[in-house]
Amino acid sequence: MVVVLVLVLIVVGSVAFHLFSPWWWTPIASNWTYIDNTIIITFWITGIVFVAVVSFMAYCIYRFRHRPGNRAAYEPENKRLEWWLAGSTALGVGAMLAPGLVVWHQFVTVPADAGEIEVVGQQWLWNFRLPGADGKLGRADNRAVSADNPLGVIRNDPAGLDDIIISGGELHLLIGKPIRVHLRSIDVVHDFYVPEFRAKMDMIPGSVTYFWFTPTRTGTFEVLCAELCGVGHPQMRGTVVVDEADAYQAWLAQQQTFSQLMAAVEPAK
Amino acid sequence: MVDIPTSVGDVVPPAEVADVELYHPKSWWTKYVFSQDAKIIAVQYAVTAFSIGFVALVLSWLIRLQLGFPGYFSFIDADHYYQFITMHGMIMVIYLLTALFLGGFGNYLIPLMVGARDMVFPYANMLSYWLYLLAVIVLVAGFFAPGGPTGAGWTLYPPQALTSGTPGGRDWGIILMLSSLIIFIIGFTMGGLNYVVTVLQGRARGMTLMRMPLTVWGIFTATVMALLAFPALFVAAVMMLFDRLLGTSFFMPAIVEMGEQLKSEGGSPILFQHLFWFFGHPEVYIVALPAFGIVSDLISTHARKNIFGYRMMVWAIVIIGALSFVVWAHHMYVSGMNPNFGFFFATTTLIIAVPTAIKVYNWVLTLWRGDIHLTLPMLFAIGFIVTFLNGGLTGLFLGNVVVDVPLSDTMFVVAHFHMVMGVAPIMVVFGAIYHWYPKVTGRMLDEVLGRIHFWITFVGAYAIFFPMHYVGLVGVPRRYFELGDTVFIPPSVHTLNMFISVAALIVGAAQLVFLFNLVWSLFSGRQAGGNPWRATTLEWQTPQTPPAHGNWGKDLPIVYRWAYDYSVPGAPEDFIPQNQPPMAGLSRAPA
Repeated sequence: MVVVLVLVLIVVGSVAFHLFSPWWWTPIASNWTYIDNTIIITFWITGIVFVAVVSFMAYCIYRFRHRPGNRAAYEPENKRLEWWLAGSTALGVGAMLAPGLVVWHQFVTVPADAGEIEVVGQQWLWNFRLPGADGKLGRADNRAVSADNPLGVIRNDPAGLDDIIISGGELHLLIGKPIRVHLRSIDVVHDFYVPEFRAKMDMIPGSVTYFWFTPTRTGTFEVLCAELCGVGHPQMRGTVVVDEADAYQAWLAQQQTFSQLMAAVEPAK
Repeated sequence: MVDIPTSVGDVVPPAEVADVELYHPKSWWTKYVFSQDAKIIAVQYAVTAFSIGFVALVLSWLIRLQLGFPGYFSFIDADHYYQFITMHGMIMVIYLLTALFLGGFGNYLIPLMVGARDMVFPYANMLSYWLYLLAVIVLVAGFFAPGGPTGAGWTLYPPQALTSGTPGGRDWGIILMLSSLIIFIIGFTMGGLNYVVTVLQGRARGMTLMRMPLTVWGIFTATVMALLAFPALFVAAVMMLFDRLLGTSFFMPAIVEMGEQLKSEGGSPILFQHLFWFFGHPEVYIVALPAFGIVSDLISTHARKNIFGYRMMVWAIVIIGALSFVVWAHHMYVSGMNPNFGFFFATTTLIIAVPTAIKVYNWVLTLWRGDIHLTLPMLFAIGFIVTFLNGGLTGLFLGNVVVDVPLSDTMFVVAHFHMVMGVAPIMVVFGAIYHWYPKVTGRMLDEVLGRIHFWITFVGAYAIFFPMHYVGLVGVPRRYFELGDTVFIPPSVHTLNMFISVAALIVGAAQLVFLFNLVWSLFSGRQAGGNPWRATTLEWQTPQTPPAHGNWGKDLPIVYRWAYDYSVPGAPEDFIPQNQPPMAGLSRAPA
């Protein structure tokens, strides 16, 4: 019975594909292993349901295929069975939702000791800003963006003067330190996505959005844009390097602050 | 619950309104072109939908050629690629699936299945088709306009949809797209009012709401949803058109475009997303619910068994329809909206899984202890269950807010929505056509060609989209014209992409077999007779096949029973049509 065989092959093939495929997530480099674990739980529950339902269907097609003299049963409904199935489904759904919401609560609750950085997206490159010695990011606005001031930092805000500006280059992060990532855009909607960090979020022009994570291993990671932003979308790449403390301090010392950049542009003032 | 009629007076209320004198067309033009007959309008919708759908199918081949063999085809550059994916998506969702299920199947089946002579507003119905055709023409004009069609993605998010970095953004492309949508929605409101009012007011004597086939329930509920959801898209389209043409700032904040400060200020891009998805999520159920209804009727007819749990099935359709209005922001989990919304929308999204799962169980339980004939409609129904189950289950990953964070905007999402909204409903479309073609034309579709079409389409489509989930799991983003040398993407992903593209081209070729079958069988198909599937529903009980104008001849049908009297114990045949009066001594108490 070809149909039955194909259904069984689909079940077996899908499970085998999942177990043996080389296509799995890239190794995590952040604290968000909880997300990975929730995905695993979901694979188990949905996998079991898929195998059970398709196998049962294959069995029905085989067992109840038409043969001369056959007649179907007449059973309009079976309240007990229907409520039992609904109840079990609700339980299964709850088993996925509960851990999911617990982890989401962690995702939206930034730790008190988190540092701050800012990512500014534009067509089609990434800029970064660190809060500098005062630990505060200065105000910024798209109306202040100019060729000399690509991030739109507001000049008369003292908090912004010591901000460290990294234009289109490489962002370094300190391993093990939780970090709140402020996200801005000067033109269209973008999304700051590093697959190894798992966490990501859109940046909307006119707003400041955020997410947080803690880098957990050193390495060099590629930034991709994950929200269609025009024809340069696939080429909008950046780099994040996660460093141990010494390397991080060395890198930090080499960066320019906003006031240094402004001074270089207007030497006469 | 089950009707146990003992006498005619018990089950058939008197007529509320006298049978209305139906209009009669006077010329060739008003009979075949500007027809007010829902059956002809249905065919017009279907032919137009399939024609523009074929364009979208070809676009999908071009998309897959680029993804499988990047750089091989010089005419597919970045601009073209984004135009292809935008037009492919918009055509498939709106101009093919919505138009076909509501305008095509709705127009043909609703009057016949409820025992009416036609829709209640035939003139508006006729206008609705011509507006749909105008909308398609305006959409296609984008291909020929300077700058080409918009390449903003079918979701048309501002500000990029209106800027120079996106094809059509500062040109005709986005204007034509938005105008086409506005025209489409106007036409669909006219059609939608017809479907809803005909179901509520045009049913034959004895056809209570709970005796209607699930096909009607699915299309009816979807139409009510459409009347409530499309206005959100309408206003979003008008506002975006104003931003583009009049310099307003509904969606445009202060931004810098290619080094230049724009004059816009104060607009909200996320407002567009809320409006779009407030429409967009119900939209996917507007496509799915008619498919759910139709597949229930296909399974019960071809398994000779009543649909299991009819009442729950009706409630599930209605509840899914209602819940679909409170889940929209699951498309916006990483949009930057208030994070606390995530708790609410994840909960509602996973709740909607429960009535949906009940429907899947009931379809399979209809097969249980059935008398299953593996006809083409049944094969496609089985294909639907498998692919819908797969697609629905992957929705649970994406609906669970925190799991969506790494997966959003990756190929996992593309795989999910194609499986659940592309493959599964299309299985129903094909099954429905093999099922009702004999009623529309009087001839059967060719069986051999049909089986070739089924097997390649079912297995092939699964082979395209199942592996694609894993490409997304790796982290490969969607809407990427090319991947380039991206370190975290192993070469095996490129191999997988090639495999998927080859499968897509093979499945595409199989559709040509179907098209050939449709035309060839018109002339050479086996004569079908009035009720080749021995089905219970009213459309199979018309005095003529294909049904004549007015459907029923002199007397409207009278309905005595629900739509699922298959294999009733003690009955002489394994089906009892809905308009067959009660038989003495027949007990249908459930076993």
